[in-house]
Amino acid sequence: MSIPTLPDAFVEKHAAKGWPVGLAGVALVIIGTFMSWSFDPNILGDLSVYGYPGGLQILAIILSLLALVLLLTVKGPLASRLGQWLDAALGLRALGLWLLIYMVGVILAIATDSSGLVNVDPGGWISFVGAVLVFAGSQVIPLRELRDLGRARLPGWFEIAAVAVVMAGVLFGAAYALAREDAWSFVLVLVFAGGTVAAMFRTGTMGWFGHVATRRRKVLTLAAFAVAFFFPFTQQGSDANMSIATSVLIFAATAIGLNIVVGLAGLLDLGYIAFLGAGAYVASSLSRSAFATIDWHPPFLVIVLLGGCVSATLGLIIGTPTLRVSGDYLAIVTLGFGEIFRFSMFNLDGNNGPNLTNGPNGIPGIPELAVGGFNFGDEHVVAGITLGRFSNYYFLLLLLMAFVILVFTRLNNSRIGRGWVAIREDEKAAEAMGVNVFGLKLLAFAVGAFLAGLAGTIKAHQDGATSPDQYIFLESAFLLAAIVLGGMGTIAGVLLGATILKLLPEKLRFFSEYRLLLFGLTLVLMMRFRPEGLVANKRRLLEFHEEDEKLATAVESELVEEAK
Amino acid sequence: MTVTDEVRSPARASGQPLLEASGVTMQFGGLLAVNDVNLSVHEGEILGLIGPNGAGKTTFFNCLTGLYKPTRGQVRFNGVPLAPKPRAVVEAGMARTFQNIRLFANMTALENVMVGRYCRTSSMALTSILHGPKYRKEEAATRARAQELLDFVGLGRSSEHLARNMPYGDQRRLEIARALATDPKLILLDEPTAGMNPLETRQASDLIFKIRDSGLSVVVIEHDMRFIFGLCDRVLCLVRGETLVEGTPIEVQSDSRVIEAYIGTGESDDEDAGQDTPAGGDEEGKS
Repeated sequence: MSIPTLPDAFVEKHAAKGWPVGLAGVALVIIGTFMSWSFDPNILGDLSVYGYPGGLQILAIILSLLALVLLLTVKGPLASRLGQWLDAALGLRALGLWLLIYMVGVILAIATDSSGLVNVDPGGWISFVGAVLVFAGSQVIPLRELRDLGRARLPGWFEIAAVAVVMAGVLFGAAYALAREDAWSFVLVLVFAGGTVAAMFRTGTMGWFGHVATRRRKVLTLAAFAVAFFFPFTQQGSDANMSIATSVLIFAATAIGLNIVVGLAGLLDLGYIAFLGAGAYVASSLSRSAFATIDWHPPFLVIVLLGGCVSATLGLIIGTPTLRVSGDYLAIVTLGFGEIFRFSMFNLDGNNGPNLTNGPNGIPGIPELAVGGFNFGDEHVVAGITLGRFSNYYFLLLLLMAFVILVFTRLNNSRIGRGWVAIREDEKAAEAMGVNVFGLKLLAFAVGAFLAGLAGTIKAHQDGATSPDQYIFLESAFLLAAIVLGGMGTIAGVLLGATILKLLPEKLRFFSEYRLLLFGLTLVLMMRFRPEGLVANKRRLLEFHEEDEKLATAVESELVEEAK
Repeated sequence: MTVTDEVRSPARASGQPLLEASGVTMQFGGLLAVNDVNLSVHEGEILGLIGPNGAGKTTFFNCLTGLYKPTRGQVRFNGVPLAPKPRAVVEAGMARTFQNIRLFANMTALENVMVGRYCRTSSMALTSILHGPKYRKEEAATRARAQELLDFVGLGRSSEHLARNMPYGDQRRLEIARALATDPKLILLDEPTAGMNPLETRQASDLIFKIRDSGLSVVVIEHDMRFIFGLCDRVLCLVRGETLVEGTPIEVQSDSRVIEAYIGTGESDDEDAGQDTPAGGDEEGKS
């Protein structure tokens, strides 16, 4: 996607004005934030104070300070050092656009939440005019040819520090965003995040960070887990956000399992939720619930493994006959299988067969997990911060996530992973080279099912009840949507996709009625403009752009670089 | 450098043939693409397979390598009947390349060759996940072997290049390296010089000699007569799915029927053109 630009002649004519206009804009935005934006103190937190910036005004300051840095890179003290690497002009255009969107959002929020534009105070208008100036100024600052920031070599400690700073930013950003209670504030924080990310992309910083991330994969993974680990401590014992976080984790772990099937082996599975359900049913019927149907209560570790194995067996049973068909046929058959699973759970109620599932009533009252002496329902106080029930499950799920990611990456980088790529690329040629095509497809099915089964056993205890209507087709569709949105074959992408799909409906209740419509629309747009997903897997990127020679050359030079 | 550890046996060794196809027949509906073809290849031999377009050469290849299940006939390798399954064929020690190059386009050259090692390596899911010393050793060996084969075909410096970005001639050589990675005793090359210039063609025949010298047998389909007669120990000419002539290059070269098959007799040219290109004849194994 490209930002539309003004005609060259116009830009040339006004080029000299861009810089001072932009600088004036930054100054106005900052001045505005020290004044009141809103007459009504109850909107967007409290923006009605004079003398110091409050609440969301801080975000406007951060955005305009970023713009200031870029302006000074175009012309000023930073030009000599950063000028030749950072694409400041392009970054400014992105930043100007997003700053404007941010201010428009603020004004809209104030106007809609109270009774019209009257409630916008002068400070708000001053900042808005500042944003317009930054936007206008950035449009006429001429673009330049730059060196590729991805090739910049910086000292190792700097790279590691960059990873740490970005990860800390993600942690604080997530905590800050989740702490916004009203929808408008949340949206504005998202706009802020969008602006920062867009500016990073446009200046080339994101590309550089991508290189650093591949070079320092271990540091990145460790930092990501550290951030995830510390997240509950930022929530001060609030259960609301932690419950969202646990559901995101379950969803994401399942989606990564599905990504082995879809992203790595290239098989379209529309009934994947059944494997999560199988794990959940195993755990709930073996639990100490009064409604549990099997009077055998092994330790939880055994249940987890059993859940995984039952799921994997189901995967093998469904896979053996169906993996001989491919493409659309496989999708339809798996869709059918998902429904068969749900109806079986619905009907195994004692009337139509053995009573395993209590039919439509499901198995409620599943007790909290207790491993050793540790009860997952209890609250714990660590370093003065209360960690509630959901935090306990969150940490357990984090362990599961680590395992799922380990399985995903190691399989992806192994002989088996190469076999999967070969099958995706050219099945006949793979077969002619001695790759066990059917076996590898079946393996992907079984491993994916196994991981979903593991997640299911934890989900049963976390939900406290298991019933057939939790495992409807829509859930399978959402899992697949998380992968398509995030990126086939990547972990970061699926994490992002899962977070978006689970978090947004929770935070933006007002759009819940249009949820499906919006997701459908998003997917259509993704398919049109970015079929490889938000975080693209290199090979998938190439597969989706068979004709793009430039892209292939670029990816290749990266590969050669990495091999050195 | 050697491709296999076996000591190469002299060309045209006596005794049992390495590959022996007897009475191979392939029928698509009413079309006889290959009719009762016999073929034997000895260790260390280069055998050429020629014939006009649509003669059934590629179909015959597909029958040999298990992509097609022959309607009748049997293929024996090392004296053992081969199941018509590509994987069984590769495991027995017979590898092939394709007429229209079928590389894994979005993989690097090295990765392409590493896929070829698949059937000679054994780590499965659990070993890969556990990442133990045995697994790491096997991965390192796979990588080293793949690099060695790239060096062998002259692509050692392109190991990190994407297959789809490589020049045409290099892609052909990469396909040969990938086939060699399966540790074959016999390699089947389907038009290895199609679309190449004279220099590349000469390099290709040098490479084929080099492969033969390292102890492998080679069966090669080709249209370039000079290439085939300079290369092969024996040549088999297929016309309309049937063996027309089999013999040394000199015998085949001077056979009037071969010349007739290629150039035509004049009167029946138009009819021949119609019959010479039956559907599915030179099609790659897409069924």
